[in-house]
Amino acid sequence: MDALPAHMRPERSFQGFILALQRFWAEQGCVILQPYDMEMGAGTFHPATTLRALGPKRWNAAYVQPSRRPKDGRYGENPNRLQHYYQFQVIMKPSPPNLQDLYLKSLAAIGIDSSVHDIRFVEDDWESPTLGAWGLGWECWCDGMEVSQFTYFQQVAGVECAPVSGELTYGLERLAMYVQGVDRVYDLNFNGRDGADKVTYGDVFLQAEQEYSRHNFEHADTAMLFEQFRMAEDACKKYLAVGWKEGGNQKEHLMALPAYDQCIKASHVFNLLDARGVISVTERQSYIMRVRELAKACGEAWVHTEAGRAV
Amino acid sequence: MPDLLLELFSEEIPARMQAKAADDLRRMVTDRLVAEGLVYEGAKAFATPRRLALTVHGIPARQSDLKEERRGPRVGGPDAAVQGFLKATGLARIEDAKIQTDPKKGDFYIALIEKPGRATIDVLAEILPVIIRTFPWPKSMRWGGRSAKSGSLSWVRPLHSIIATFGLETEEPDVVKFAVDGIEAGQTTVGHRFMAPAAISVRRFEDYEAKLKAAKVVLDPQARKDTILADAKQLAFVQGFELVEDQVLLDEVAGLVEWPVALMGSFDEEFLSIPDEVIRATIRNNQKCFVVRDPKTGKLANKFILTANIEAADGGKTIVAGNQRVIRARLSDAKFFYETDLKTKLEDRLKKFDQIVFHEKLGTQAARIKRIERLAAEIAPLIGADVAKAKRAAHLAKADLLTEVVGEFPELQGLMGKYYAQAQGEDASVAAASEEHYKPQGPTDRVPIDPVSVAVALADKIDTLVGFWAIDEKPTGSKDPYALRRAALGVIRLIVDSTLRLSILNVATSAMVGLPEKGDAQKLPADLLSFFADRLKVQLRDQGARHDLVDAVFSLGGQDDLLLVVRRVEALGKFLDTDDGKNLLAGTKRASNILSIEEKKDKRTFDGAPDAGLYTLPEEKALAKAIDQVKSEAGAAVQKEDFAAAMSAMAKLRPAVDAFFDKVKVNDDEPKVRENRLKLLNEIRAATRAVADYSKIEG
Repeated sequence: MDALPAHMRPERSFQGFILALQRFWAEQGCVILQPYDMEMGAGTFHPATTLRALGPKRWNAAYVQPSRRPKDGRYGENPNRLQHYYQFQVIMKPSPPNLQDLYLKSLAAIGIDSSVHDIRFVEDDWESPTLGAWGLGWECWCDGMEVSQFTYFQQVAGVECAPVSGELTYGLERLAMYVQGVDRVYDLNFNGRDGADKVTYGDVFLQAEQEYSRHNFEHADTAMLFEQFRMAEDACKKYLAVGWKEGGNQKEHLMALPAYDQCIKASHVFNLLDARGVISVTERQSYIMRVRELAKACGEAWVHTEAGRAV
Repeated sequence: MPDLLLELFSEEIPARMQAKAADDLRRMVTDRLVAEGLVYEGAKAFATPRRLALTVHGIPARQSDLKEERRGPRVGGPDAAVQGFLKATGLARIEDAKIQTDPKKGDFYIALIEKPGRATIDVLAEILPVIIRTFPWPKSMRWGGRSAKSGSLSWVRPLHSIIATFGLETEEPDVVKFAVDGIEAGQTTVGHRFMAPAAISVRRFEDYEAKLKAAKVVLDPQARKDTILADAKQLAFVQGFELVEDQVLLDEVAGLVEWPVALMGSFDEEFLSIPDEVIRATIRNNQKCFVVRDPKTGKLANKFILTANIEAADGGKTIVAGNQRVIRARLSDAKFFYETDLKTKLEDRLKKFDQIVFHEKLGTQAARIKRIERLAAEIAPLIGADVAKAKRAAHLAKADLLTEVVGEFPELQGLMGKYYAQAQGEDASVAAASEEHYKPQGPTDRVPIDPVSVAVALADKIDTLVGFWAIDEKPTGSKDPYALRRAALGVIRLIVDSTLRLSILNVATSAMVGLPEKGDAQKLPADLLSFFADRLKVQLRDQGARHDLVDAVFSLGGQDDLLLVVRRVEALGKFLDTDDGKNLLAGTKRASNILSIEEKKDKRTFDGAPDAGLYTLPEEKALAKAIDQVKSEAGAAVQKEDFAAAMSAMAKLRPAVDAFFDKVKVNDDEPKVRENRLKLLNEIRAATRAVADYSKIEG
């Protein structure tokens, strides 16, 4: 770490912080992916987690995923709530026996020294009703702040995980704020430079937060969104139906990934509709169910693909 | 005798599961030992976030040998039976079996089986893996490469190592040889995750506990709690404050650390403008920290106490600074919520209740609030509450459910309503009712006194009870998801404490108005009344009072005024404690017994007034006179609801009844006289019914 230029040090710059994490996990044998090119609520939705968690094949990956939570928008006025933020996601299948140690080492790599900080694993059972997924694990605390989620997936897309994957999710902004010692997310130093060269998180994202908050709460075209939800749902079902390969002894699916994209789409559209307040309490449950049905069907298709099935 | 040491070392066990897990481990191991004929001297189990540990001391080194005789087939029986017998008993040849002669059934083979006791360590090697595999975690999981195959071990979180040693204090113990899902039992563990992560080799419980302590792990949860509590109190004390003790929180934090280190932090004084309860909930629920108060004012101070799991290299400066930042952010959220809440009037929130379903069969919250308002207004005059205030209080009482603070901290419902009502200038009684109408929550909870609160509390609970009765969602056995028993007990306590005269039948009938479903409207009020009778019995039993007296009073019929029932039961109980009471009860029971025998014999009843002309003995006349007198006196007293006076009147009956049974033969030879005397007996029964149905009283 000492070899790094000052502006790249994780405690100085947001980008250096991300790069330090990527480098650390690359050294653990993870493939470092780039963000998935679709809007989604959390890094778990990335097919590299949701789908790759299924089936017996080894899979170790890490990536940053921009996460969109339309309802969490605060017009840029809240010091730490954002409708768009970054998650850093690690998935290791099967979960290695020393995953907790690796996690603690990754904290050290971003400047959190476990001899002066109070790091704790506090029970937090994870469940995603939309993904038909659950797992057991913890929220990881550093000096009383939740900095990561640590989950052993037990079931994803309605399919039992065999073997089980370990999933780590770091809330990047929050962690970086802690490491940089700033109280307002927009004050994060993004590029680690000083003076005129300094670019802050606010420089990059404040306007976007304001604009998207207006969009999410006031102007997003709900008629279009309802239509998009329906279209994505239909398309997902259609792709799943036509993807099953005819003939042969083994049931095989040839289009699980494109179908799953439509499931991601439906989920995000639902989140937008929810933020616009046009979905009633009772309807809400049924929308979640509909997305879950898509996710489960995609999982079922995935375990009949090359990457998802037994060798 | 040798001891067992067992440690199951895993990733962090949820705090809430630790105590029960330790208990389960002790119970399962010792139960199995006893079932194997191994009686032990003592056992103790412990839990930390990362380990379950058990010591069982004084276990015999071996099971005792067992001798058993097993009866086999008849001598000369079919060969298959003989072969089967040899196989089952392990005998080499049939000649090794004894022959027993039975005079009736002939000769039989008998095998003498000697089962030598096994070494305890072998028994342990058999039972421990089974216990681990069948351990009753509330939630368990699979992990790692082995989870690819079915039948892999499930544990609360990944299990890493097992210590199992068995041996005498004076000797090097043996490792109990077994493996579970690839984890071999051994005698190695590790210390504190950060302060002493190196491997530790242990022999038996004493050195295990001592070495762990040296490796910064306090094994005993109670010791951790004691440390946290003592240190937290001390930290508060030296600053001139006192700790707000919190047992539930203490239990939880003791389950989050292996090496507790209490540290004090502070927050900006500006946050003290938030209600204390909100500050405490924020700091406690979200950060699992204690708060402290100023002993002079009783108000919270701007300090908190956290429990770290480490003796940090910098003395905890970084940890305190970090926690302060988080708490500042949390409190500024809470302050924002609180201040946002204050901007909206409570009544302006109520519209939203149109959209919120209380129960699918009982309509929306808005409809429920309307019902409660109407009922509260009906009850108010009965307890001297201002009707307008009671209506207003009921109107606003639930509004805080829609506030940000209550959304965040549901346990503050009611309390926040009070604060917000005060802030918008509501009448003090109206504001108080927001909090008080939820009371009493249980048998030990405070009962509100302010009549406005009482009216709303009763209306709320009665609406709940009648509603769930109407849709037939009554409590059954241990299931009472809507806490209806608690609601009924609450009604009883409210009525008694505020000496409220209320007809349950009438109020229940009235509460049904406006319910979307009414169920069996004819039966409902009476049905609900008998539920109240049951709750009253339970309550009296819990207080050590005579619950059979409740039956004796309800059995009179028409008793739907709970206050009168309670008073009558009390007076009756006192009366029955006196000699007069006991003897009158005995006399009345005797009269009843005779009557029921004779009624059966004659297949008729003996009601109707006795004929004074048929009295032959002075005791008859005296009794008749006493009955008349008591009837009118007791009746008049009951009319005035003076049950003590009614009981005193009853007491006058006693000498006459005693004398009657002493001197008068009921079954006289002359049928007319007999009939008349039986009618007189019936009059005793009738007279006592002025206060209770004596036949329902035990003893």
